[in-house]
Amino acid sequence: MLRFLRAFLIAGLIASPSMAGKFNLGRAALPTEVAAWNIDVRPDGQGLPAGSGSVIQGEALFAEQCADCHGDFGEAVGRWPALAGGNDTLADERPVKTIGSYWPYLSTAWDYINRAMPYGDAQSLSADEVYQLVAYILYLNDEVDEDFVLSQENFADFTMPNAGSFRLDDRDQAEYPAFGLVACMTDCKASVQVIKRAIKDSSTTAASQ
Amino acid sequence: MSNKTSRRNFLKAGVAAGAGLVATRAGAEGDPKITSVQKWAQELGDGVDHLPYGAPSRFEADTVRRNVPWLTADPISAINFTPIHQLDGIITPNGVCFERHHGGVARYDPADHRLMINGLVDQELIFTMADLMRFPRENHVYFLECSANTGMEWRGPQMDGVQYTHGMIHNVMYTGIPLRLLLKEAGVKTSGKWLLAEGADSSGLTRSIPMEKALDDCLVAFKMNGEALRPENGYPLRLVVPGWEGVSWIKWLRRLEVGDKPWHQREETSKYTDLMADGTSRRFTWEMDAKSVITSPSPQMPITHGPGQTVITGLAWSGHGTIPQVDITLDGGINWHKARMDGPSLDKSLHRFYYDFVWDGKPLLLQSRAHDSTGYIQPTKDALRDLRGASSTYHNNGIQTWAVNAEGITDNVEIS
Ligand code: HEC
Repeated sequence: MLRFLRAFLIAGLIASPSMAGKFNLGRAALPTEVAAWNIDVRPDGQGLPAGSGSVIQGEALFAEQCADCHGDFGEAVGRWPALAGGNDTLADERPVKTIGSYWPYLSTAWDYINRAMPYGDAQSLSADEVYQLVAYILYLNDEVDEDFVLSQENFADFTMPNAGSFRLDDRDQAEYPAFGLVACMTDCKASVQVIKRAIKDSSTTAASQ
Repeated sequence: MSNKTSRRNFLKAGVAAGAGLVATRAGAEGDPKITSVQKWAQELGDGVDHLPYGAPSRFEADTVRRNVPWLTADPISAINFTPIHQLDGIITPNGVCFERHHGGVARYDPADHRLMINGLVDQELIFTMADLMRFPRENHVYFLECSANTGMEWRGPQMDGVQYTHGMIHNVMYTGIPLRLLLKEAGVKTSGKWLLAEGADSSGLTRSIPMEKALDDCLVAFKMNGEALRPENGYPLRLVVPGWEGVSWIKWLRRLEVGDKPWHQREETSKYTDLMADGTSRRFTWEMDAKSVITSPSPQMPITHGPGQTVITGLAWSGHGTIPQVDITLDGGINWHKARMDGPSLDKSLHRFYYDFVWDGKPLLLQSRAHDSTGYIQPTKDALRDLRGASSTYHNNGIQTWAVNAEGITDNVEIS
């Protein structure tokens, strides 16, 4: 990141005078306009609207609007995404990444359902309905009991099981030193054998992945 | 001779010569393509009004994006692949730039487009496209690679063509406004350390970008290769985030919010995070490491001409800079040769390489290995798997192997 900062400072120094000031283009955004588009929610709860919803309410709404693709219990229909299950599978050969098993923050589920679901009818849910659906998805993932009610007040208290297992990109320490060595050009190995081969027509025929 | 018979002769000659371009060894009577007057040399062709926009020759109808239906539940939240095996040079034609949408292609009148800047700024602003056309512009060629490119290959060779193994990439010249000029117009507060970029499509795609990157080399682009962005590439406005994974390059860009922390949106938590073998994950793996691949020969581009003079060509790129060197091996990595780099070497752009040699007709195990301007050398897939395991989905920049047999048929393989 320091590298970016340095490049920016240099670019700033050599920029022509016309680039230095403001251009007086565009217009001030009205508060109602900002409110209409500024719907993002952060892990600390910033952006969450007032409201609440129960698991019971969420179950009915989910069956009506979500289960066709995601399954009654979030188990997924066909290749649509699963929203529940997969606990303790992340180190397995075939990990199952769901809201319960993988997502670090609950706010992401609230934000995403509110902005993008149901698929094909985005931004049609009320704030209370989104609270209901998030509560129900927590229930499907065995994170809450069936009498649970999720609200703006208790939202930030919630810690997702996998929150602690994410770290910042560490390739610059974990990988780059090992990959910057001198490249061998001649007699680099004694022999070579083909050990695996792709299946013919794998682009048109479903293969195991 | 009618056009029909001459085409049949062409095909016959093609089969005799081993398909592909016709060998010009003529019989005693000479090549009929030369000795008889061809239709196109006699009759008038189409006038200038025939195709006001233009289209490739009908003989190139095969050079198209392709989808892999089994990868996703439907073709709306899906991906298709650039036919890199059929392209040359470094620029991707707009009509074959791969597409990745999370809610389909949003199509609307640019007069209805607005760009909002809000959050930790002195003045929250709204721009129309007409406003944006009055800012100073720049032109830059950059590659855009989806970080899931080559993601199907983590557990071993799977896809039967370079279009599918490496085709989530394109390289075009963008015309756009330096993002820092737009941010300066709104006046970023000193507490403003992060940017949230948001799309106007039905997925409302969002990504957090650190302010250092936003102020460095990002563009808000409206043209690609000189013409308006294609709808599938975000018309009328998209973000350009050079060297970084494609998902950050928000299409149909409608909003830039300045904040003091990242947002941890779905496309930077559930997706586009890299799961390691031990069950922990890396997040914010933005930069695309150096990578290269031989585009021909490859499974979709077998050698059809038999032994003799042969062209190997491919692409190399790095999100960290330029590609001064690519090495080629014909024997599966026992011996390596420096490829010939050709065409412009631009920062964070595709680079073209060639290796011209006389093929003896014996089987080949082809690989390419990129070196970038930071000294990083493209690793093997095994070296990556040793560090990460095989479940990380994203950022597979390992060395690709193609096995060419004595007939020139080429397969996707892994070797010892
Ligand atoms: C027509 C099918 C369909 C319906 C109905 C639907 N979804 Fe989805 N859902 C999808 C698809 C497709 C995606 C993935 C989109 C993408 O690729 O970006 C998705 C993704 C999600 C995700 C993110 C999953 C992940 O692991 O990243 C959540 C959460 C979700 N949907 C919740 C809901 C809820 C709640 C409803 C009901 C209000 C709903 N969906 C209705 C198809 C559907």
